[in-house]
Formats: sequence, structure tokens, C-alpha cells
Amino acid sequence: MNREDFTHQVLPPALFTLVLFVGWEAICRAFVVPVTILPAPSNIFDALWEFRAAILDNSWVTLWTTLVGFALATAFGLLLGIAVGWHKSVYAAVYPVLIGFNSVPKVAVVPVLILWFGLGEIPAIITAFLISFFPIVVNVATGLATTEPELEDVLRALGASKLDVMRKVGIPRSLPYFFGSLKVAITLAFVGAVVSETVGANKGIGKLMLDAQAAFQVSIVFAGLLVLAVLGIVLYAATALIEKRFTGWAFRGQNR
Amino acid sequence: MQEALVVLENVSLAYGKGASATKAIDDVTLTIRKGEFVAVVGPSGCGKSSLMKLISGLHPPLNGRLAVDGKPVTSPLKSVGMAFQSSNLLPWRSCIDNVLLPLEIVQPHRSKIRSDRDKYKAKAKGLLESVGLTGFTEQFPWQLSGGMQQRASICRALIHEPEILMLDEPFGALDAFTREELWCTLRDIQAQRKVTVMLVTHDLREAVFLADTVYVMSNRPGSILKKCDVALPRPRDLEVTYTQEFQNVVHELRALIGRKHQ
Ligand SMILES: Nc1ncnc2c1ncn2[C@@H]1O[C@H](COP(=O)(O)OP(=O)(O)OP(=O)(O)O)[C@@H](O)[C@H]1O
Ligand SMILES: [Mg+2]
Repeated sequence: MNREDFTHQVLPPALFTLVLFVGWEAICRAFVVPVTILPAPSNIFDALWEFRAAILDNSWVTLWTTLVGFALATAFGLLLGIAVGWHKSVYAAVYPVLIGFNSVPKVAVVPVLILWFGLGEIPAIITAFLISFFPIVVNVATGLATTEPELEDVLRALGASKLDVMRKVGIPRSLPYFFGSLKVAITLAFVGAVVSETVGANKGIGKLMLDAQAAFQVSIVFAGLLVLAVLGIVLYAATALIEKRFTGWAFRGQNR
Repeated sequence: MQEALVVLENVSLAYGKGASATKAIDDVTLTIRKGEFVAVVGPSGCGKSSLMKLISGLHPPLNGRLAVDGKPVTSPLKSVGMAFQSSNLLPWRSCIDNVLLPLEIVQPHRSKIRSDRDKYKAKAKGLLESVGLTGFTEQFPWQLSGGMQQRASICRALIHEPEILMLDEPFGALDAFTREELWCTLRDIQAQRKVTVMLVTHDLREAVFLADTVYVMSNRPGSILKKCDVALPRPRDLEVTYTQEFQNVVHELRALIGRKHQ
């Protein structure tokens, strides 16, 4: 990393976060806000350190259920997106159902999942999957639909089959859309897993927060929130990095 | 007189079906000889691009007879080289990989491109050099100027040595100097390879300079208003565009197109 990158990309967000925490701390101290209402950052970091073993343990469960659900959503979303982009009739057939499905709040589905699979990681995985595949499908299908008709003519006049056009143009063209949707999907998957844990689970950050709330250990609840935020940022950054790696050509002009 | 390659007899073409159909081409009869350079001019929306799609087999005729090389056209012809006003190069492929794209589709190259990649690459490189893109083969399309992209696009249309080259306003987006330069490039390519070219253009000077035969189409639904044989001797130099003879042909064509706007 050179100096330029540091002053433009690392310093501003770090400073901003610091200011945020300092302001938060100052307000808590100035108005003597009770810890049970809003703990100050110092309280939260204390709790974070004190319960680090439990927090680490539960974070790990949330992380891997999120990632498994996300992986399933990626594979399924990619396949369904290609199918939807492949033919108008597939699009017509599945779109209404997809939209209806996406409109159902996933919290409402979790009890059913628990009924079927019991308390454990599986409901969290499935919730993460259910909540995150939709944007992937939509984006892949959109990417495929943006193939220029003229380019398609060029290839079809050479005797290219639909599969050829898809492989040579459609799929590479939709990759930026696909990777873009992964950023949204990973955050959603994370939300899905945590929502499922707060409805019912025996492990995970959601469950930890639920228990802490029941015991009025508000600083642990906030410690949980902080961990969620940090994990969310890390996951987002990881997918954003993958996106840049694979579709650098779509970012041309910005960093060239 | 060489043999006929493309034959159209009373061909019409429509988009859509039934009552809502729009007729784009009406009752076109024409013959294109092997190695002939044909230009099609006409007002906007008259069906020039449709005529190209029709002959390439991308869109079926409504009625009439359409044959290429003696065989009726029912599906895409499988080896037509096409280039359009926008170069449509794939941004994730380098210039040379863009040019190689048709070889990944057209047989027999398709099954050989993996094993003979070096040979094909050399060929693509030669082609790019012949249009003045030496040293840009590994660049990506966005690193090239518009004119350079268009050259690459024409190379892509030529790499598999098609029998027919279809160009739809290929120089429409270029400045006058680049355009005239590319006219000469195209003229030389055609003279060298004896490829049959169908050029759709709005530029009458371009049509007259390059073509053996210029077809003027009427307003939609397009039909052939006039077939104009350009008698200027070949090889033609850009100087020819300043001669009286050349100007006369251009004027004659202009009058035909102007008339329809009354
Ligand atoms: N895919 C399509 N679906 C329906 N109608 C079409 C389609 N393509 C073209 N048309 C219609 O057919 C007519 C001829 O279109 P075409 O593109 O062949 O014109 P053109 O002569 O190439 O025009 P331009 O010079 O502006 O490119 C137009 O009136 C247009 O409305
Ligand atoms: Mg057109």
C-alpha cells in the first residue's frame, strides 16, 4: 500500500469511526446515560473482552451458517438466473412466484423451519439462503438481458447456437452484475442467519444477544451488535474484493 | 460476368405477426454476384438493416424466394462476417482475442482453435497489421480510439474468411478523415480477397467510391427504387471523389432520395 492509498482510502473511514465512538462515549458520559439504556463504547469493549470466549464461539457459528447459506444461494441463484435469462417462458413462469416469495418476511418462515428441522444450525442456513438468492437471480438475469442484439447477430450469423452466445457473451457480460449482487446477498444472508437465531436457535450471535437481553446484560447485547457490524463489513469487503478481481474490465477508467 | 451468389425474387419481410405486423421490406428483387461490392442506401428506417438480416438468414422472409449459393436460406448462413456502426468488441477480451472470437464458433476452426492457437493468433496478428493496428493487438478495446475499434471489428468480421461481408454503417460514427482512410482499407481488403461485400450506408460518397453497384431503397416498406452501376474504373483512388463523373453519380442518387421527402 502506498501513501496515496493510505491517505485517501484508509485514513478517512478510520477517523470517521473513531469520531463516532468518541462522540458516543462523550454523550453517554455527559448525560450519564444508564448502562441498561445505552452503554458507552467503553462498557461495550469491556463486555467484549470479558465474554470473548462465548462471543467468539457464537460468532463462529453465525459466520459459518451465513457462509453455507450464502454459498447455496450463489449456486442456486446463478443457475436460476441463467434459466430465467435463457428463455422468456422461464421468466414468465417463475417471476411472479419469485416476487411473491421474496415479499414474504423470512421471520415468518423461521418457526416452520424450526418445526421441520429442530433447533440448530439448519434453520439459520436455510433462512440465510432464502433471503439472499433473490438479488442474485435478478442481477444475473438482467446481465444476460443486456447482451447487445447486434453482437448477437454477429455471432448468430456465424452459426452460433444459443449456448454459444451465452458462453461467449452472455455469461461474461453478466459477471459484473453477478458479483455486484454478491455484495448485497452476503449482507442479506448474514441478516437472515441472525434473524433466524433470534427466533430460535441454540447457538449464534443472535441467540447470545437474545439471552443477554433476557438477563438485562445490555452491554453484551451491544457487544453482539458491534460484532455483527464488524463481521458484516468484513464479509462485504471480501466479496467486493472478489468482484474487483474478476471483473476489473467493468471498472475501467476508474482505476486505470 | 461471374456467377450469382445471392438471389432475391419478390422478397418481402415483416416484423410481428397478423394485424400488428409492420412490413419492413416489400417486393425486393436483386442479384449479387460473387465478389461484387454492393452498397445499399436509402432513408432512415427504410429496411436496409432488415435486408442484411434477411440475406444472412437471421430473419425469415414473409414471402418470395431467397437463395444464397443456389440453396434456399432457412437458417443463419453460418459464415457471414458482420460489422456494425458500434464496434461491439467484448471489453474483457484483448483486441486479438476479440478478432479470434469467430474462430471459436465457426467450423472447422472451432475444433482446432485450442491445438492450433498459435497459428490462428499469427493469422489474426497479420490481419490486424494489414489494417494498421500493429502493436495494439494485446490492448483492450477501451484503450483504442473509435476508429481503431472499428478496424478491429472489421478484422473480426474477416478472420474466418467469410464468403459474404455485411457492413451496417460501419463508419457512421467516425470523423471524415478516419472514414476516408478506412474506405481505402476496405477497398484494399476487398480487392485482395475478392470477398462479396454488402455495405449499408447513409453516405452517398462512400457508396459510390466503394461499390460496383448501388441500390437505392424507397421509404418504408423498403423496395428497390433504382439499381445504379458505378462505372468508375478500379483501382479507385480518393482523388476520384473530386472528379465530375463521380459527382454526377452522387447527385443522381441524392435526387432519388431527396424526392421522397417532398
Ligand atoms: N426488431 C424489430 N421489430 C419490429 N420492427 C422492427 C424491428 N427492426 C426493425 N423494425 C422496423 O422495420 C423498419 C426497417 O428497419 P431497419 O432497421 O431495417 O431500417 P434501416 O433502413 O436500417 O434504418 P436506419 O438507416 O435508421 O438504420 C423500421 O421501420 C422499423 O420500425
Ligand atoms: Mg439500420
